Amino acid sequence: MDEALLRSLTPNVLTVLVRRGADFAAAEDAVQEALLEAVRVWPQDPPRDAKGWLVTVAWRKFLDQARADSARRRREDRVEEQPPPGPAPSVDDTLHLYFLCAHPSLTPSSAVALTLRAVGGLTTRQIAQACLVPEATMAQRISRAKRTVSGVRFDQPGDVATVLRVLYLVFNEGYSGDVDLAAEAIRLTRQLAAAIDHPEVAGLLALMLLHHARRAARTAPDGSLVPLAEQDRGRWDTRMIAEGVEILQAALAHDRLGEFQAQAAVAALHADAPRAEETDWVQIVEWYDELVRLTDSPVARLNRAVAVGEADGPRAGLAALAELDASLPRHTAVAAHLHERDGDLTTAARLYAEAAQKAPNLAERDHLTRQAARLNTLLRP
Amino acid sequence: MAKYLLLKHYRGAPAPVNDVPMDQWTPEEISAHVRYMNDFAARLEKSGEFVDSQALTPEGSWVQYGGEGRPPVTDGPFAETKDLIADWMIIDVDSHERAVELAAELSAAPGAGGRPIHEWLEVRPFMNPHATVTDFADHCTGTAPAQE
Repeated sequence: MDEALLRSLTPNVLTVLVRRGADFAAAEDAVQEALLEAVRVWPQDPPRDAKGWLVTVAWRKFLDQARADSARRRREDRVEEQPPPGPAPSVDDTLHLYFLCAHPSLTPSSAVALTLRAVGGLTTRQIAQACLVPEATMAQRISRAKRTVSGVRFDQPGDVATVLRVLYLVFNEGYSGDVDLAAEAIRLTRQLAAAIDHPEVAGLLALMLLHHARRAARTAPDGSLVPLAEQDRGRWDTRMIAEGVEILQAALAHDRLGEFQAQAAVAALHADAPRAEETDWVQIVEWYDELVRLTDSPVARLNRAVAVGEADGPRAGLAALAELDASLPRHTAVAAHLHERDGDLTTAARLYAEAAQKAPNLAERDHLTRQAARLNTLLRP
Repeated sequence: MAKYLLLKHYRGAPAPVNDVPMDQWTPEEISAHVRYMNDFAARLEKSGEFVDSQALTPEGSWVQYGGEGRPPVTDGPFAETKDLIADWMIIDVDSHERAVELAAELSAAPGAGGRPIHEWLEVRPFMNPHATVTDFADHCTGTAPAQE
């Protein structure tokens, strides 16, 4: 059975039900049930028209539930057997679904969960496993999210930027359980890019592809991190890089620069270097200047300090770093790196060890600890 | 999006405001306390923030590798340990502020006289096992900050 096809049909089937007058929360439940039934039935009895099958089954599930609800409430509401014709769902509907699932009234974790279910067609269990929470908790999170957006009109246009933030979060969740959320984020962003011509959507897609292309090289077999300069570039996925670069170039041609395009441009410059020493750091600094101008983010400035350290030497990098708040996450790690480049191994070793104490995740902590240990070994008489 | 451990100690934490040992409470006060804890967990499950909750016995032992071909070395109970964990709850929340807010709510559980215990709870963020994808992407250090 083609699970990818099944899941790609999810937003379409859902919008058909909403167009027919089902409210979003009930329609979403019905589609989820139809998907589960498809997984059960299709391997033995594949449908000729997959989408038609899903719409029929989901609509029946919706009616069953609506009837059960009205019986329970002892209401006389007659539920129409025949669906009202309603306008056919359009590309805009898919877009509205993204907007709804990323609605600003949702917390980031709720928006991520709802997007993965209603747009991505993942089951509650899969989402729970990917986020490492119990299934019951995830079920509640999703049903709360649906209640939160229940008053929002489905066809209301939203802000693309909120949708992109949610997709970016999904991408960074990585993967645990049987779902690769990075790949899922790419699929959803691709689908969004097909529905709307927007340079930042394309920019985010390019950024994801360029990062994803390096995934195999990013970790050693023992799970430890491999820094960019030490990665085996032969293991980068060149086809994915080419696709990312092409999408980015088309986006940049719109001449409406945004933060994702700028980030993707940095990633593309790294991807473009056959060897680490051939990296065009001067251009990378220029893109970080753009990014700082666009976002005024301290994180962008910190990245810029590293790039300056490569382009103009570690002293220049340290000078750029000195202008930043030392309490920024990873500030100490960057300082350690720049001091090492400057030849001050004693300071670098101390700062690596200090940075390890503040690392936000195990992979980084172990990496920084190893860096400190490497320098301390060199320094031992 | 971030997991936190809310830790409760048998001993080792600073003294709470309402510092009366549980065996000095009335049975009704104990029931009210237990009900508060259960309601709290149920509420977190409803809000989609509950991950796990477990309790530990106060009794335990130290265990150590005994060397090649030898049985493990055990010792205990650990009478001298100053710090003793009683139970914990794991939550998955959107922000550190939210974790603190929930810990404060848990610390308001009623004790003697039905008044809040004001117990000190330890709030500890979990470390993710892996680095996020874009964190490490762009610099030779492996120490580059995330784009957020």
